[in-house]
Amino acid sequence: MEKTLTTRENLLKGIFRENPTLVLLLGCCPTLGVTSSASNAIGMGLATLFVLVMSNLAISLVKNVIPDKVRIPSFIVIIAAFVTVVQLLMEAYTPALFAQLGLFIPLIVVNCIVLGRAEAFASRYSAGASVIDGLGMGLGFTLALLLLGSVREVLGSLSWFGMKLSDSDGMLVFVLAPGAFITLGFIIAIMNGLKKQKS
Amino acid sequence: MEYVILLISTVLINNIVLAKFLGICPFLGVSKSSSTALGMGVAVIFVMTISTVFTWLVYTYLLLPLDLSYLQTVTYILVIAFLVQVVEIVMKKVSPELYQALGVYLPLITTNCTILGVAILVVQNDFNLLKSVVFAIGNSVGFTLAIVIFSSIREQMDMAEGMPAWMKGTPAALITAGILAMAFMGFAGLV
Repeated sequence: MEKTLTTRENLLKGIFRENPTLVLLLGCCPTLGVTSSASNAIGMGLATLFVLVMSNLAISLVKNVIPDKVRIPSFIVIIAAFVTVVQLLMEAYTPALFAQLGLFIPLIVVNCIVLGRAEAFASRYSAGASVIDGLGMGLGFTLALLLLGSVREVLGSLSWFGMKLSDSDGMLVFVLAPGAFITLGFIIAIMNGLKKQKS
Repeated sequence: MEYVILLISTVLINNIVLAKFLGICPFLGVSKSSSTALGMGVAVIFVMTISTVFTWLVYTYLLLPLDLSYLQTVTYILVIAFLVQVVEIVMKKVSPELYQALGVYLPLITTNCTILGVAILVVQNDFNLLKSVVFAIGNSVGFTLAIVIFSSIREQMDMAEGMPAWMKGTPAALITAGILAMAFMGFAGLV
């Protein structure tokens, strides 16, 4: 087990350098699908964060027991179990949010970020490091969703977390489907521009 | 008539990629040339129709009577992964040509969220078997339509000159997808 990352670096890489959504472009479906408002974005981000941390922990604990050949199916079953836990918990305690996010909660199973981290990180490193990795990646995902959700809510309905900023109507297109693609496109373009300036 | 309306609404009005945001990863990833996009699309039509039938049967005749519907997500993903493997093996034996054309896309389909998404939507909407099949065909044809149009636009865009460097690649593709989604919104009053 090589361990070259400090805990701090391990946590921060998910948020900035290897941000799953904005840099690696993984997990695009929930990113676009649930970010019509900032509060939906936070809800989805935290649900994914929970699954990421728990599945990373579980997989790094059982990694030596699982034969290499059935690795991927076993990971998927572990992930699906935690997704079902989140699904049942949210249905019981936050039914309104659950109804809003709808289909995208069970679809965390096929979110490439979760399986990607299981394969690339949790199956190689210790349990502690895997939890930190899951936490960092989950936070990076949540922050990216929050950014996208905030931009779309502010431009689309002139409000933030449901608070009205102005009485006039926003640009409806940003709440609808096309706005999601266009906003994410511009956020990535701006990040590319910033990266070019730095180097 | 009901089925025709369902078909039109899933292909054009509530397009699975451009209105419901499912299957964005293959939509962005496998759309660099229109021939691979078409291959991916056909593979999705094939797998989605079969997997919807099987997941519907499993749900109705296994999970519901045993009161295990909370196992839905786990069961579905296993059924889909299993089916993709079977389709791959059968296709290799029965039609090597088809396998040559679609083979590379098949493993990718397991994590394509359109397949699981449609299987869950069918249950949420209480569709009967025939309606589920029509729904699956409509959605997968919608996926194919969107990805083929999108890839043809991207092919043209690659030849364009004068695009600023920071816009090239993903950002330009996403904004194109946004404009395409806007165009599809025009179908809204169709049915």
